[in-house]
Amino acid sequence: MDLSLSTRTEGERTVVVVGGEIDVYTAPKLREQLIDLVSSGQYHLVVDMEGVEFLDSTGLGVLVGGLKRVRAHEGSLRLVCTQERILKIFRITGLTKVFPIHASVEEAVAATD
Amino acid sequence: MALVELTLAPLPAHVRTARLVAVAAARRAGLDDGLLDELRLAIGEAASRAVALHARHAQDVPVRITVADEPGGLTVTVTDQGPAAGPVPDDPAGDMLEAVDDEGDVADPDVALAVLSGLVDDCAVDAGPGWTTVTLRWPLAADVAPGATSVARA
Repeated sequence: MDLSLSTRTEGERTVVVVGGEIDVYTAPKLREQLIDLVSSGQYHLVVDMEGVEFLDSTGLGVLVGGLKRVRAHEGSLRLVCTQERILKIFRITGLTKVFPIHASVEEAVAATD
Repeated sequence: MALVELTLAPLPAHVRTARLVAVAAARRAGLDDGLLDELRLAIGEAASRAVALHARHAQDVPVRITVADEPGGLTVTVTDQGPAAGPVPDDPAGDMLEAVDDEGDVADPDVALAVLSGLVDDCAVDAGPGWTTVTLRWPLAADVAPGATSVARA
């Protein structure tokens, strides 16, 4: 399965719904999406990872890159993920301390930055 | 004897090829279903790391992957011909925040090693000048004879 991406606006936040596999092949698409959003002035992002079936450190690199971009505009990047296999990758690398990770989009959207 | 040997052109699209083939071979060899997902993540990480290194340092050289059914269990090796791997980083998140640049988000190959060593209990990294081999092992259930499992569903 390839990578699927869609975006929607919820209040002041932009929700990016990611599905499929984020690897060295597909990660550039996600990076472009995040760059486009920041370029168009959307600095408060929620990345919904519930549909992600595979994630490697290339994907982590893109998410960290996105975080740095929104932080440069005093923005935020929150993740939605409850899948243990994906959360494990964030824990191993210590990125659970870097990204706020939520159990639902509703929770992420309601969070205070 | 290796069950599968792959030489992959170092193209990002083939990382998925490596995942599919390795998972199919592991399932066929009788690896527990609960470990297949871990194997898929690990082989993807190792292959991704190798392909990214070859893209920078050895574009015309294939990445080599083997899946073998050995007495110690199912053994997967991924060999690249990039610069020798460094030590596994203590603080991958900190390294990524430092290293990721605004242009490329280039993944740090050492972060991939941190993921691998955190993911797989039996993970070894051997490296010399101009090569690195990542070896990953998983136990095979003793009562499952190789080849006796159902036809791979991959």
